[in-house]
Amino acid sequence: MPVNCRGRSDTRPVTLCLREFFVSDNPCWNSTASIENLRRRAAIIAAIRTFFAEKDVLEVDTPVMSNGAVSDPYIDTIECRYQPLVGGEVELKYLQSSPEYAMKRLLASGSGAIYQISKAFRNGEVGRRHNPEFSMLEWYRPGFDHRRLMDEVAELLLPLLGLSEAVKYSYAQVFESHLGVDPHHADLDTLRGVAAEHIDSDYQDDNRDNWLNLLMSHVIEPRLASEGAVFVYDYPASQAALAKVSEDAQGRAVAERFELFVHGVELANGYHELTDAAEQARRFDADNRQRRSESLPERPVDHLLIEALEQGMPDCAGVAVGIDRLVMQAIGTDNIADVIAFPLPRA
Amino acid sequence: MANYSTNQFKNGLKVMIDGDPCSMVDVEFVKPGKGQAFTRVKMKNLMSGRTWERTFKSGESVEGADVMDTDMEYLYNDGEMWHFMDPKSYEQVAADQTAIGDAHLWLKEQDACQVTLFNGNPISVTPPNFVELEVVETDPGLKGDTAQGGSKPATLQSGAVVRVPLFIERGEVLKIDTRTGEYVSRA
Repeated sequence: MPVNCRGRSDTRPVTLCLREFFVSDNPCWNSTASIENLRRRAAIIAAIRTFFAEKDVLEVDTPVMSNGAVSDPYIDTIECRYQPLVGGEVELKYLQSSPEYAMKRLLASGSGAIYQISKAFRNGEVGRRHNPEFSMLEWYRPGFDHRRLMDEVAELLLPLLGLSEAVKYSYAQVFESHLGVDPHHADLDTLRGVAAEHIDSDYQDDNRDNWLNLLMSHVIEPRLASEGAVFVYDYPASQAALAKVSEDAQGRAVAERFELFVHGVELANGYHELTDAAEQARRFDADNRQRRSESLPERPVDHLLIEALEQGMPDCAGVAVGIDRLVMQAIGTDNIADVIAFPLPRA
Repeated sequence: MANYSTNQFKNGLKVMIDGDPCSMVDVEFVKPGKGQAFTRVKMKNLMSGRTWERTFKSGESVEGADVMDTDMEYLYNDGEMWHFMDPKSYEQVAADQTAIGDAHLWLKEQDACQVTLFNGNPISVTPPNFVELEVVETDPGLKGDTAQGGSKPATLQSGAVVRVPLFIERGEVLKIDTRTGEYVSRA
């Protein structure tokens, strides 16, 4: 039985929510994850590297600290203070929330297929499945669309998770079958009404996508738990982020984006990547308008990404996978502290 | 009372929801990759005992509830109210039928128990996990029947009726698990 730094038998990490570590005043020095779990983690990461080596996908390493920050309104970047002259003026830099922009600039530089295993950082994200510093696997496949990439995601992840197959549903299908509502056309009042049937909250908002996200995370995700691995694809065009937008069979504008949920936990997010520089610039502007209207902090946009897209990025699909959550699922724990040695309070 | 923001939420935190004091049983941070952050809390209403899930937007705050679990000594029942005393301050409080709930079945004068106070008034009473109570009424015991199964009802000094083995006699003191209401052993 593990013994913690105060010499007591430490049986709690298995059940203790990460939040408890954050509100505790006396962090312990010892690892929250068992050494056995860290061995499993290392084996999974080794298997990922073997998978990509065999497919001739190049491992790359892009900066963790950068000049620009992510535009997504609901992802907040952690600032850091760089001093060109030690003790002199401070230049703000940003810890990356995902290596996406830099990897796309590599693609535009002619890298071909690439992958990266890196640290990513996000303000305020603390919980059973979140630590502000986490590990991400991200890869890009020139010539793939999001459908072909979904198959490769399944090929890599299912064996690591001990699963044999994944089901695929469109975003419209999961909303229609679990909530009886069309997510592409339902108006704000309808979504509010559906949410009120399932969720007790004082939440107020005029943004349709926020209601869709609330229903997805609170009602649909938990119900996907019984289905093992589930891909959800064809997101509403308004949730395209950095994905191409096209029309589905019903003529609806949909984002060529997918997410993978394993036992009800969001594990991967992928796109048939937007390559149009002008459209990318418009989306950055829209994100910043939304940040202003919601009084969220504005951060400098990464103009180098726009320039790279202007130069030309190959048509490709890309995906990000949360490594900590992958290991959690493989081990069978719902507590991120079981798979990382030192969550932020012990860092 | 102070207000608490979602980042201060933790298990056991007592807050006011719709006018009732509630306790947080389980706190979960929920955030879709591209969406807003929420905090989903399994909440227990301390007045009704009902548990349910409530969702808060990140940054939302709620008013704390002045709820305290206090170790007290049970004094007596006056026919309507149950009276308790804080052994440190000698302050006394009286719990009504709603606050006492089923706890009265296990109370013996001078026993210690936990009284939950909301704004200084008792809203619930938790007896010790194990209590020792005397049998005041039961059918005569069967001699030599200590091994065989079978049970009979026995009325205890507190008024509770529990199933006891056939060999138990009136006047014996029994150890009872108050969480299940079951006989454990002779005291």
